[in-house]
Amino acid sequence: MALSPSLRGLAALAAVVALLPLAFPNAWYYEIAILVGINAIVCVGLNLLIGYAGQISLGHAGFFGLGAYASAILTSRYGWPAPAAMAVAVAGVALVAWLVGRPILRLKGHYLAMATLGMGIIISIVIVTEDRLTGGPDGMNVAPFSVLGATVSGEHAWYWVIGAALVAAVWLAQNLVDSPQGRALRALHATEVGAQVAGIDSAAAKLRVFVISAVYAAVAGCLAAHFSGFITPSKVTFFHSIELVTMVVFGGMASTFGAVVGAAVLTVLPQALTVFKEYEMVVFGAVMMFTMIVMPRGLVPTLAARFGKSA
Amino acid sequence: MLAQFLLSGLTIGAIYALVALGFTLIYNASHVINFAQGEFVMVGGMATVALSAAGLPLPAAIALAVVAAAAVGLALEKFAIEPARNASVVSLIIITIGASILLRGLASLVWDKSIHSMKPFSGDTPIAIAGATLLPQSLWVMGVAAVIVALLAWFFGRTLLGKALLATSHNRVAAQLMGISVRRVLLVSYGLSAALGAVAGILVAPITFTSWDVGVMLGLKGFAAAILGGMGSGAGAVVGGLALGILEAMGAGYLSSAYKDAIAFVLILVVLFFLPNGLLGKRSSERV
Amino acid sequence: MALSTLAARLSLAALAFTATAALAQAPIKIGAFLAVTGPASFLGDPEQKTLEMYIEKINAAGGVAGRKIQFVSYDSAGDAEKARTFARRLIEQDKVDLIIGGSSTGETMAVVPMVEQAQIPFISLAGAVVIVEPVKKWVFKTPHTDRMACERIFLDMRSRKIQRIALISGAGGFDKSMRGQCLNVAGTYGIQVVADEAYGAGDTDMTAQLTKIKGNAQVQAVLNAGFGQGPAIVTKNFKQVGLSVPLYQSHGVSSKEYIKLSGGAAEGVRLPAAAMLVAEKLPADDVQRNVALAYKKAYEARYKQDISTFGGHAYDALYIAVEAIKRAGSADKAKVRDEIEKTTNFVGTGGVVTMTPKDHMGLNLTHFRMLEVKNGDWSIAQ
Repeated sequence: MALSPSLRGLAALAAVVALLPLAFPNAWYYEIAILVGINAIVCVGLNLLIGYAGQISLGHAGFFGLGAYASAILTSRYGWPAPAAMAVAVAGVALVAWLVGRPILRLKGHYLAMATLGMGIIISIVIVTEDRLTGGPDGMNVAPFSVLGATVSGEHAWYWVIGAALVAAVWLAQNLVDSPQGRALRALHATEVGAQVAGIDSAAAKLRVFVISAVYAAVAGCLAAHFSGFITPSKVTFFHSIELVTMVVFGGMASTFGAVVGAAVLTVLPQALTVFKEYEMVVFGAVMMFTMIVMPRGLVPTLAARFGKSA
Repeated sequence: MLAQFLLSGLTIGAIYALVALGFTLIYNASHVINFAQGEFVMVGGMATVALSAAGLPLPAAIALAVVAAAAVGLALEKFAIEPARNASVVSLIIITIGASILLRGLASLVWDKSIHSMKPFSGDTPIAIAGATLLPQSLWVMGVAAVIVALLAWFFGRTLLGKALLATSHNRVAAQLMGISVRRVLLVSYGLSAALGAVAGILVAPITFTSWDVGVMLGLKGFAAAILGGMGSGAGAVVGGLALGILEAMGAGYLSSAYKDAIAFVLILVVLFFLPNGLLGKRSSERV
Repeated sequence: MALSTLAARLSLAALAFTATAALAQAPIKIGAFLAVTGPASFLGDPEQKTLEMYIEKINAAGGVAGRKIQFVSYDSAGDAEKARTFARRLIEQDKVDLIIGGSSTGETMAVVPMVEQAQIPFISLAGAVVIVEPVKKWVFKTPHTDRMACERIFLDMRSRKIQRIALISGAGGFDKSMRGQCLNVAGTYGIQVVADEAYGAGDTDMTAQLTKIKGNAQVQAVLNAGFGQGPAIVTKNFKQVGLSVPLYQSHGVSSKEYIKLSGGAAEGVRLPAAAMLVAEKLPADDVQRNVALAYKKAYEARYKQDISTFGGHAYDALYIAVEAIKRAGSADKAKVRDEIEKTTNFVGTGGVVTMTPKDHMGLNLTHFRMLEVKNGDWSIAQ
């Protein structure tokens, strides 16, 4: 029985996640892999919004941070059990995204970009200023993640948790893309008026994918907070929002695996470039520019086109 | 107190206006948001400081710095934007983000990572106006900004090259059919935009200092100002810049100084809610 | 037969000799993660330069107990997440013996759990008091705490009969932490905070906030808790707006760059700082004079830049570590940690350090000087 392309991709991803640790000489590699996984989860969700629905968000670090801080505050300051805290945090972010999304998604293009950028900045300013609750710019400790008495701790355990979450995230995204809603999104991307003529409620569709992408970011945020044991506002800055968008575009928009690859490359690259010492920024910028000039559609679609033809 | 807030708001607003004009120029020519715009501001300030420290008199340093920044703008267009001219707008934006990182990295190597000040053009004795104080440099900022806006209006309205730029921004294909070289238009736009940014950076450095990464915040605020005023409209850029500067100063003075940036952004969002194309933005019609 | 046993003994001896020689050459690995770029580069850049320069000097003089120091450092750009990843890399991948770093408090605190779990000595270069209170077994620090800065300032204010002050601080971790500490301890010194203004990171104009402060008739002095370019702008705006009350800065501006950036506006500004800023003006019998002068000359000669106390913190951390390694006789993490804790009367750039199991910083207010800007230079306040 031949597997459909998307199932093949999912199986490949699961295989990579399962076998990668064999190549890890020490715990640091696990840590980097976990960071890649966390970024990838956010990017898969963001890609639904940017790549498929054709919208833009320069404020997704805000959702990531809201999820992370909500879970951190509920567990560390109020003693809630971690799973409940996470669920409430994610639900809260979904609500915020729904409330904020309705007026914001009326905007288009650069205006939408600015509005989401502003939203992200407002969130980060609130987090930094309300330091009695959030610990301010120096951050706060986060209680470890325990379910029914068992605590998830250490890079090995977290690697499997994040790996499983990533596979689940990709699977969900693929199902969404292949569903009627996914097709509606792609129609929306191509031409919003045309889609409306075809009977698609574009506002509702956009809002739905906005909320879904916010949920992805919030889940990743909660996991990241409990994994690190410490959280600071550096992950809520607009720099990080722009990093996330860069990962999605770099890997290839409208490609779920592109989002994963983009997250992987742009998370690992700074680690690999430390060898350049003070030239690191220059090299990083140059690599980004060169890759996008040579492969404007992003890594995965360009490579798939080149190698897919010969297959 | 109101007078003080207004004056400081106008000063910084004039800088935002100049940066926003730079964004608008490039956006009109190529529909790209140039995330490296802030770096042009930085090059202007840092190059002037470095050249002055090397012994050049200030006017010469300023002139050379503006030329250098324009060269950087031209290089950006020639080597990064032009090769990718068929890419989507989002990809082009990512290229400019990469350029911004590259330029900052180069700046930290060519110059250094310290903060630098520049001598004010005509001294720093505060002038008393209506119970508030104003630095002479602020007058330079506002004055030069006004002159530049007037010059740009003349350029776009009266000169052939300016009208060619405008035509290209309205409809690139039609402009090409009329014999306008889009490539030249793009080059001029980027060079001019870089020069604008550099002038802004030089004007404001005596008040706010300059450093290798000063462009990040100013670029962000300039972008916000351009959107607030209506992306693509020169008058909008000026109005947006001044409005943003005053909003910030008022917010800090009357509401909460810790939340002043948040207040400004909330107000921008409110404006966009009622005017989705910004204060003076063109109502765009979507071709189906 | 005698020959073969002789040969056997000789070759065994040769083997043992080369083996111990090889062991003795194994370098001592010191790791660092510093905010060389980014919003805290004011801190990390001089720290990096200081560590590089002095490790070179130590190696040129033969190393520590015959072993060279291998220095591995990463740029965390002031980001706590990156700091964590690099600390993990130093511990797991580079397998260092000791870590110096954490330019900012956020970066330091993010790394503390990892360091405690990996059981590796860590000397932090950040300011907040939470780093060593409560005391953590493997974590030490060299800079004065922000609480001490507040106390030193309040002591000086009290001697000038100042009772009501305005606070103005930025959005950074250092700023907020110091503001919090000052609000906490003000009452103990009879000081009341009657105004509390703030500015954002990268803000370029604070006249609005200062105008509000000027309008408050109760204010007798202004305390600016901040570092980077914010305080310089505050200082310039202070003069522009026409405020005439005393202005106090924090040790976050302890570098000549602050005076240069503020132009003439910094005249009369007071702040608590380490002795090295006034090294030449110290009396001949001051215990810190030699160390401070030597550091100043070496750093300025090599880098053609003004010194800052942040580089001094790195110097202190390095030499406290090196002395501890010497006393421990090895780079064994547990032994070195114990020796660091036993540091006694170490004369550094920050003061005279004596640590105890309850005090992992070892400084008190004695050597925290009150400086005043006079004629564009640092001077000891009278």
